[in-house]
Amino acid sequence: MSEFLQHLVNMLVLGGTYALLGIGLTLIFGIMNVVNFTHGVLYTLGAYVMFIVVQELGLNFFLALPVAIVVGWALGAIIELTMLRPLRDSDIDTTMLVMIGAWIAMQSGTLWIWGGVAKSVATPFPEQPLVLGPVSVSWLRLFVLAAAALLIVVTYFLINRTKLGGAMRATFQDHDTASLMGVNVDLINTSTFAVGSSLAAAAGALLGPVYVIFPQMGDLAAVKAFAIVILGGLGNITGAVLGGFILALAEELGAGYVSSGYRDAMGFLIIIAVLIVKPTGLFARSERVG
Amino acid sequence: MRSTVGRVSMIALALALLSGTVGAETIKIGVNEPMTGAFAASGTYVVNGAKIAADEINAKGGILGKQIELVIEDNKSNPTEAAAVAEKLITRDKVPVMMGAWGSSLTLAVMPKLMEYETPMVVETSSSGKITTSGNPFIFRISPPSAIEAVAFKGIVDKLNLKKADFLVINNDWGRGTAEDFGMMFKEKGIVVGLVETMDQGAQDMSAQLSKIKGSDSETLIVTTAVDQLTLIFKQATALGLKKRIITTGGSQNPDQIIAQAGAAANGTMHLTTFLPWFPEKTPNPKATEYFISEWRKRGFDFAGCTESFRGYDGIRTAAAAIEKAGRAEPAAIKAAMWSIDVKGLNGDIIFKKSGPEGKESGQSQPNVYLIEINDGKIGMKTL
Repeated sequence: MSEFLQHLVNMLVLGGTYALLGIGLTLIFGIMNVVNFTHGVLYTLGAYVMFIVVQELGLNFFLALPVAIVVGWALGAIIELTMLRPLRDSDIDTTMLVMIGAWIAMQSGTLWIWGGVAKSVATPFPEQPLVLGPVSVSWLRLFVLAAAALLIVVTYFLINRTKLGGAMRATFQDHDTASLMGVNVDLINTSTFAVGSSLAAAAGALLGPVYVIFPQMGDLAAVKAFAIVILGGLGNITGAVLGGFILALAEELGAGYVSSGYRDAMGFLIIIAVLIVKPTGLFARSERVG
Repeated sequence: MRSTVGRVSMIALALALLSGTVGAETIKIGVNEPMTGAFAASGTYVVNGAKIAADEINAKGGILGKQIELVIEDNKSNPTEAAAVAEKLITRDKVPVMMGAWGSSLTLAVMPKLMEYETPMVVETSSSGKITTSGNPFIFRISPPSAIEAVAFKGIVDKLNLKKADFLVINNDWGRGTAEDFGMMFKEKGIVVGLVETMDQGAQDMSAQLSKIKGSDSETLIVTTAVDQLTLIFKQATALGLKKRIITTGGSQNPDQIIAQAGAAANGTMHLTTFLPWFPEKTPNPKATEYFISEWRKRGFDFAGCTESFRGYDGIRTAAAAIEKAGRAEPAAIKAAMWSIDVKGLNGDIIFKKSGPEGKESGQSQPNVYLIEINDGKIGMKTL
């Protein structure tokens, strides 16, 4: 029983960060329909921003998170302006190839700048965990969960309750009509990509100190983000959040009670099942066809 | 247009001929290491160690009157790439001998290519038993396979008072091989083997496995993986309140990096290592060790890398010694010469003994294995 409780606590902590990864990508992949292969690299770069701010500049740990968000936002805007805008009317394959190229180039860039040796970030949290009966959890992970929850709520309101969010949803539902209604479509494209990217960077900045920071850390994160987005339904923020927790639960229980060798396979088994049973994702509203 | 094409091809041809003649004056040694991907850090250390050996040999006049030239290729921590790199090194660069490929899965992927092109390879890091027991006569390994490690550990376990041990190993040939070899040795010693958990090569969160291990009644946890995952495991074990004795195997632990990155979580952990850069006077060939460490420092590399890089240094010296003994840079002659070399390695004399099925034995040297312990952020020899 105590082992099961520990697995549940692990799931909550892991799920929060998966959810954060998922909502960033669901904005870009789900709403903008761009197969964003740079998501994982932006996650990595967010973690390296954390490393620079805390370890190299010696500044405050809590300051690093907003810095990472701003850097992620700016990088996202640059990627959109330089690579996606000129390709607005190209087919999805072309965009995908360009994004794969950007991913490889940016990842090699991180390897070139920081080398392959993993970096770690010192945190202000105590090393001894919080022990609640049979369950223990590190203070750092609790902070990450709280910060992720905050970012998820902010994003939810941004998309569903603000004018900018309304314009985003309108733009990607019907580009031309939104444009005729006076929406600055170019600006919306750039800001959506920038917001999605800043969330990836935030996830990296939060998880970098939990794990270690190295150039390929984003690869697995990106694969999981895609899985979560598909699980939750494209463009569905609530779906991405729930998808994140479901993936974390499947991994925890899969590794705990089935076989740890198949831990990362568990999530994908669920996705295969979801794609067979409900191809639009678990939480997608029924859509009008045609 | 035609004349331009003609001129360009002339230049290309001239360059090819020129580089051909330059190449003829050096003896090439292929280096097949992971310089990107999951094992980038370790592979890069090994390559840097290899370069020190090449520079040292060349400064002393090279071998057979020629300079040696390392042809270094990145296998991207990927077995498919490792096999492709081996093929490229043999067919395009015409290297008569290679060193590689760090990980066991990478080396195993390369092995059929060695048979196909009949080219010998010095294996510097991989520790899966299969490498020297599958009947590949082109393999000459200077790192200890997990069976040798297990035998070395056998003499120590009594003093550690082991009763029941769980395993957490990387899910590849290296990790599973270690769990098997150590498990067999434990059974002989009457030590109970509890859980055997695995983790993927790139996995970053091992909390699920560690939670399960926390619930078991073993007092010891044997962990086999590379340094980055070890750091994560120590941190996550502390966060979960796991209070078992942790012993790591495999020789890729890089204790200095663990101390720097895992902090207090590393205290009390023990590690089976194959090199003692912290205590050069206790190594089998102290003078060689001191030279290597001073050269490593002179080049501005991180001291923490020594536990990996010495294998690249020894590997190239082994290949060079075989070429010298062979008297010519040809694969068959080098392969034959491997059996009669005696290199003063940093971790014991490198003399190959036969291993594997009769008639097609691989070479295996007998490196030393040491147990060290981290306490208060410092490395000490475990006194027993």
